Amino acid sequence: MEFFVAQILTGLANASSLFLVACGLSLIFGVTRIVNFAHGSLYMLGAYIGLTLMETLPGHVGFWGSILLAGIAVGLIGVVIEMLVLRPVYRAPELFQLVATFGVILVIQDLALMIWGPEDQLGPRAPGLRGVFRIMGEPIPKYDIVLLIITPIIALALWYMMARTRLGVLVRAATQDREMVGALGVNQAWLFTGVFALGSALAGLGGALQLPKGGADLLMDFTILTPVFVVVVIGGMGSLPGAYLAAIIISVLNVFGVTYIPQSTLVLMFLVMIVVLMIRPYGLFGREEVAGEHGQVGEPEEPIKPASRQTRLIVAAGLVLLALLPLIGSNFALVLSTDILIFCLFAASLHFLLGLGGMVSFGHAAYYGGGAYVAALLVTWTNTPMELAFLLAPFGAGLAAIIIGWVCLRLTGVYFAMLTLAFAQLLWSLVWQWQDVTGGDDGLVNIWPSDWLNNNTAFFYFALLFSVGGILVLRHVAHSPFGYALRAARDSQRQAEATGIDTQRVKLLAFTFAGFMGGLAGALFVFSKGSVFPNELEIVRSFDALIVVFLGGVKTLAGGVVGAAFFKGVEDILTRFEYWRLVMGLLIIFVVVVAPEGIVGSLRRAARRIGLGKEQPS
Amino acid sequence: MLEVNHINSFYGKAHVLRDLSLDVPRGKVVALLGRNGAGKSTTMKSIMQLVRPQSGSVMFQGQQITGLLPHKVAKMGIGYVPEDRRIFTDLTVSENLVVGQQPPREGAVTWTEDMLFDLFPNLAERRNNRGKALSGGEQQMLTIARTLMGNPLFVLLDEPSEGVAPVIVEQMARVIQQLKSEGLTVLLSEQNLHFAQAVADMAVIIESGERAFHGTLAELNAQPEVRDAFLAA
Repeated sequence: MEFFVAQILTGLANASSLFLVACGLSLIFGVTRIVNFAHGSLYMLGAYIGLTLMETLPGHVGFWGSILLAGIAVGLIGVVIEMLVLRPVYRAPELFQLVATFGVILVIQDLALMIWGPEDQLGPRAPGLRGVFRIMGEPIPKYDIVLLIITPIIALALWYMMARTRLGVLVRAATQDREMVGALGVNQAWLFTGVFALGSALAGLGGALQLPKGGADLLMDFTILTPVFVVVVIGGMGSLPGAYLAAIIISVLNVFGVTYIPQSTLVLMFLVMIVVLMIRPYGLFGREEVAGEHGQVGEPEEPIKPASRQTRLIVAAGLVLLALLPLIGSNFALVLSTDILIFCLFAASLHFLLGLGGMVSFGHAAYYGGGAYVAALLVTWTNTPMELAFLLAPFGAGLAAIIIGWVCLRLTGVYFAMLTLAFAQLLWSLVWQWQDVTGGDDGLVNIWPSDWLNNNTAFFYFALLFSVGGILVLRHVAHSPFGYALRAARDSQRQAEATGIDTQRVKLLAFTFAGFMGGLAGALFVFSKGSVFPNELEIVRSFDALIVVFLGGVKTLAGGVVGAAFFKGVEDILTRFEYWRLVMGLLIIFVVVVAPEGIVGSLRRAARRIGLGKEQPS
Repeated sequence: MLEVNHINSFYGKAHVLRDLSLDVPRGKVVALLGRNGAGKSTTMKSIMQLVRPQSGSVMFQGQQITGLLPHKVAKMGIGYVPEDRRIFTDLTVSENLVVGQQPPREGAVTWTEDMLFDLFPNLAERRNNRGKALSGGEQQMLTIARTLMGNPLFVLLDEPSEGVAPVIVEQMARVIQQLKSEGLTVLLSEQNLHFAQAVADMAVIIESGERAFHGTLAELNAQPEVRDAFLAA
């Protein structure tokens, strides 16, 4: 019993930072409709800035003052990010902004590395709170008790602000219909900046508050991001009480998980999230999303067309060049081109889902990594011949996609995205923690192709055949009746249903097909590298694909492929430099700001402006 | 007070308003009449700059407002009451009014919550109810009250009689007359000719985004063939 109470108290104390970061994210999403991927980075900055301040400011006042100042500093950083990066892209298509926030993550990662160095830093103990209290005989750190008390106070203060002040009323009104708030004379730009600053400050505060319990390191941005997404979704996007309750649930669960079933702590969190969303699709306190009802942004989409003769010729010429590469290129060029081809197929499969199906998946790595692992597991444990394992891998990924899609498609919009992320993370944690079978962090090695393919040239042709083939199949499906049905379901679900299209079935099929193709890319990947590690299933891998699809252009068929080729090539050059993330991040932000229609869309527009290509009939 | 000069507005590629001009003199109520889809709401949104006209200009009190952001337009003293009401359903009646609140404006009535509850007694009883709990008529009153909290000089009133009970329509007419007597200028879009005749001084008829008639209501009544050609019976 005593132990039980102590566990709960520890869980409650741990919930503190999680709650602060989550409600910041939730507030920002509510008003600006931006899923701020960089929220973990702001939390990390809060920790580092707090640490630096604590080293200079002495005593009680110094300690608590540092925490407060760290919050304020991060709030100001939020203002800068909002004004420089996000403000230019509010009018871009929905969700495009999250690409910009991903650029911010990269920039902050390298800036933190430059300023604070690569070593993990231990947080100082809070002055006067070094020991433990004995509660029912169990030792509870004094600082935990303080956190237990402060968090509800902050939560109450936030609740008061939201419920009782004009600012809070405006924020809630803007969450529902920001265009109308503007038409009533409220400057939205100011409101957005204010909310972004507040949300950032909360993240910074969370980062600084956890210092005595943890510390600061360069991985904490992504470490916190996943549980924060989970908390926000379980609680309901935009709900403060929801975020508080969910933070407590997750933290307490985690403490018990570590004690009783340490192998599955990561899995547990996602299982809870999946169960909650199955019962309450919009989280504990969330309400149905009405995004897009009012204040829809972006121009109506141009219908996609089969490639013109001109384009076909260019593509054919490019393919011939690629086919000649082994004769002219170096070994290195072959390996890089193979990587790019595989990544293009992976991106094209996500583009199919996102661009044509309108289904934004944050967890597409599940099928890419899933395909890779299916092949690797077959080879490792059953000695399956490479050719068979290669063929079975996409079916394995497709099977996973059917199951995951069936669950996720009950939801739409950002909840759908979050749930796909949860499933991807679930797979990742399974692979990570089930060491006996998957090798865990050590991965699976010695997964080489058969002898006839086991040289760079042969495998390059193999990858060329399957990647280009896969991409052509994806394109072909886009122009098939199924592709029409899919786009109809994306643009107007009700109208599509009224014409006799079973939209859920069409979407599930598309989801499965995209998973299958992602799995094909994964199978190519594993045999090209001879090994696979859990990071192929990671959130970062999903984001990689998402970023290139958005940057290439969601609304153009070639977008995914062009974006993937461009960024894989750039990445290869940049990673030779020490601070490549900074440059990559800035490049991403730059593309987002100057080319909000993506590379392909913007090139097309530019071509039209100078008189190339066909003018749209008006 | 408000001059719309030769504006052209588009939704994507659809040309909705064609070279539309109209004039709203200070202190008058002008009815913007026309069938469903004629472009009435688009005209309202084009004045508010929620839809940006691609050419032409909108002048308010001699100042160019084309191209301004909607909140700047509102700050100049133009109030907008949208057709689909767009009240904040998760907020209470009082909170909805708080969103609309703006500093006092010279030349306009400075509205308070209590004054608006006098104007719309039904809302007073429901001040702590959430927007989604209100009836259609109450929502319509709330959307007008919310706009008045901004102390406007001029109000765009988009189909206030649509979808509300006849008894509420009568009440709306009385409210508009009262507002007019207090000096408010109104551009009112309507399909209901009887309602327009009860409150308006002048009328503009649009058909397929083009102006088909403008003049006083008396002139319109003198030309029944115009009335019958462009308005539903």
